[in-house]
Amino acid sequence: MRAWLRHGRHVVGENPVTGLAFGLFVLIALVAVVGPWLAPHDPLATDAARTLQSPSARHWFGTDQLGRDILSRVVVATRLDLTIAVAAVTLSFLVGGALGACAGFFGGWTDRLVTRVADTIMAFPLFVLAMGIVAALGNTLANIVYATAIINLPFYTRMARAEVNVRREAGFVEAARLSGNGAARLLAVHVFPNCLPPMMVQASLNLGWAILNAAGLSFIGLGVRPPTPEWGIMVAEGAAFIVSGEWWIALFPGLALMMAVFCFNLLGDGLRDLIDPRRRT
Amino acid sequence: MSGGEVDLLAVEDLSVEFRTRDGVVRALDRVGFALRRGETVGVVGESGSGKSVTALAILGILPPSARVTGGRAVFGGLDLLAASPRQLLEYRGRELAMIFQNPRAALNPIRPVGRQIADVLRRHTTLRGARLDARVLELLARVQIADPARRARAYPFELSGGMCQRVMIALAVACAPALLIADEPTTGIDVTTQAGILDLLGELARDQRMATILITHDLAVVAERCDRIVVMHAGHVVETAPARALLARPRHPYTARLIASTPRAGAKLADLAPIPGATPDLRAPLPPCRYRGRCERAADLCDEPPLPRAEVGAGHLVACRRPL
Amino acid sequence: MSALRLAGRRLALAAPGLVGVLVVTFLLNRALPGDPAAFFAGPAATREAVEQIRVRLGLDKSLPEQFVYYVRDLARGDLGTSLTTGQPVLRDLGTRLPASLELTLAALLLAVGVALPLGVLAATRPGSWVDHVARVLTTAGVSLPIFFTGLLFVYVFYFLLGWAPAPLGRLDAFTTPPPAVTGLLIVDAVIAQNGTVAWAALRQLALPAVTLGLFAMAPIARMTRASMLGVLGSDFIRTARASGLAPGTVLITYGLRNALLPVVTLLGMVFSFLLGANVLVEKVFAWPGVGSYALEALIASDYAPVQGFVLLMATLYVFLNLAIDVLYGLIDPRVRIEA
Repeated sequence: MRAWLRHGRHVVGENPVTGLAFGLFVLIALVAVVGPWLAPHDPLATDAARTLQSPSARHWFGTDQLGRDILSRVVVATRLDLTIAVAAVTLSFLVGGALGACAGFFGGWTDRLVTRVADTIMAFPLFVLAMGIVAALGNTLANIVYATAIINLPFYTRMARAEVNVRREAGFVEAARLSGNGAARLLAVHVFPNCLPPMMVQASLNLGWAILNAAGLSFIGLGVRPPTPEWGIMVAEGAAFIVSGEWWIALFPGLALMMAVFCFNLLGDGLRDLIDPRRRT
Repeated sequence: MSGGEVDLLAVEDLSVEFRTRDGVVRALDRVGFALRRGETVGVVGESGSGKSVTALAILGILPPSARVTGGRAVFGGLDLLAASPRQLLEYRGRELAMIFQNPRAALNPIRPVGRQIADVLRRHTTLRGARLDARVLELLARVQIADPARRARAYPFELSGGMCQRVMIALAVACAPALLIADEPTTGIDVTTQAGILDLLGELARDQRMATILITHDLAVVAERCDRIVVMHAGHVVETAPARALLARPRHPYTARLIASTPRAGAKLADLAPIPGATPDLRAPLPPCRYRGRCERAADLCDEPPLPRAEVGAGHLVACRRPL
Repeated sequence: MSALRLAGRRLALAAPGLVGVLVVTFLLNRALPGDPAAFFAGPAATREAVEQIRVRLGLDKSLPEQFVYYVRDLARGDLGTSLTTGQPVLRDLGTRLPASLELTLAALLLAVGVALPLGVLAATRPGSWVDHVARVLTTAGVSLPIFFTGLLFVYVFYFLLGWAPAPLGRLDAFTTPPPAVTGLLIVDAVIAQNGTVAWAALRQLALPAVTLGLFAMAPIARMTRASMLGVLGSDFIRTARASGLAPGTVLITYGLRNALLPVVTLLGMVFSFLLGANVLVEKVFAWPGVGSYALEALIASDYAPVQGFVLLMATLYVFLNLAIDVLYGLIDPRVRIEA
């Protein structure tokens, strides 16, 4: 345990930016978990007397067109946005990873089928495909998660397939096979766990992109309905007021969005440098 | 130097440093030699002895992490190390040329080889159009490439290693330079083609009265093709002599070891004696003689600076206090 | 292999992609919420009437059969009719496409025009302020939500500084558009030699194009810089310098051309982002392109336009990727020539 801490401190020392990103990540996670209890006002409570107020001592982020406190809404939205992104990426990771691993391990028809599916997904501009999926399946939050998961699938299938391919002929796999392990067990217990580190790097990089995606979809009116507080939809609501100068309605949720994406991107970069410094750009 | 003729190139006290993450590497320390017009000089030594760095320094194309910390390289009256970039651009490719090892990697992979030769001609001559194209074909034929018209349109990946080297030679001699530096020209090429390349170089040198510096780690190559030999070790010139004299009677312990470790016809593997130790770490502080750590003749007086340069015969210099 | 044969070969390779696109859009079509037959029959219809309509619409046939009909309809140009505009979707898309094309083209030109030189400069002057600007740009460009940057620009440049016009579309209400030749307002205005209109259109295009372009600039600049750094350290650049070639020739003809290869490959991903981000930018700036057309239809639960939009974007993307492959083959002979 102490060795891990020491290693961690060394890594943060080498990479102050990664340390910063990690700190930010902890902050965001905390806000997501305990935020709703700490929010000063009820995010859904309207107040006709206090609409469109610029930031003040009482409302740090100001109020929107219905008099709702923007700070509280931004804080509460953290949980929703993070949940959507984490759910989508986890789903993508598990399903995509499993499919890719099977494709890489068994080859033949499995490989061809999985590759064909991944290629077909990649043949679409990804955001457009997400739009199409949500439009077709129905305008619900769950479908936002599914759509985001589907468009991220190819990254994981390709990565898992490549990693499994490389390791399929490795010595330790041969040894396990010779000692009588069946194919499924070989794949699940011996090969796949070794592919996890690079895939986890991909996952953290993907989280930022998944958040952007989900926010983009809700910005155009898909998935989240008012009055649910969510960063994308809040920016959309604030967009109408930008031209008349009420900047705070769109700015704060937008900044929160930016911070979260930035944090996950930096974290992903840092993780990648940790795990495989050769791939540093 | 003997012979009344003026030197074409005179390198004196050339010192070069590299800045690396682990410290400063003193790659060259007061390297000096000279050659006259039409002469062929062989520069030999182990990997890391500084042979290539010397060549790159003369041409002024060292990597950005390198710094010339002293010395001169006087070529036709101009000190190349002190010249401005614009002046150097006039000399490179025209009066001074260089060919490299791994010829396929040293050519632009997405440009037909004929165009690459044409680029050089266009830069340094006034030839254009049909006359330019004709000259390209002439050059390709001169370096013994069959079917030059077809080959000129080929890309480097379509040619063999030997042909790529011939193309690079054509590139280098396109403007009939006075000096050609060949840095390990036969590395990365199969043995049967090697002789052809070296013969070609010799021929061109004779026809155009071109001086050649032949850099190689293979003593057997320089033995038969060079007028004089410069032996380098760890950034120092340890011995300079006419080829026959050097091989018949080497005066520096390192040279002797080098000759003894060179494979020759009729010798058995057991006869070959490797050189003990390894090239010293050039980042650490070093004694005046950098061979001291590996030398069986080392004595206390070898630690006295500076590194000596003793003339032990006609045109024969040794950097040793206890020459053989 | 000539460029034509190369294009032909790539076209053949793109066919499965197109088929995949058709299959997916067909499946999305069938996954629509609600029962189209009941919708057409109306709330008062009997079960038999609904069944009759279902047969007429071909919805009782098996999926593969329906797919065949779907493709046949597409081949005839029938993408359905928009409930909101009452027009065939294909015609609507055709009317609105030039606006989106103008925006995307402008953004791409801007992105490449800034990112390439920036990347090259950053590579040739490591550690300088150019390098730092490039690094900040690339990191920011990747993290910023594009709809947010668009709104920020509107706030700063329209509301605060008054430099940009109101984000109300391609031309303000008082300017008449030039006679349509290409559909691209600026080009048409130039053809009609109408400087005022061209300038007005340019002013409206500026902010949305910069927003979209910024997004694309980041990955292009980053890749150009990385690729250039790699190429400039290679052996053939050393040979070019040793031959005394002019620094410009070494940098561009020998350096950049080789460095562009991974950048061209990257363009595929850049286009994927651009075509998606197009929708968001069109919403922020009220740009009357196909993206906002789809959005308006979506809000009104009018699904045929959305389907048509997805199909159009996907087909466009397939052909763009094709063009990128051909471009790559033109630059790099190693893929053209079977060695």
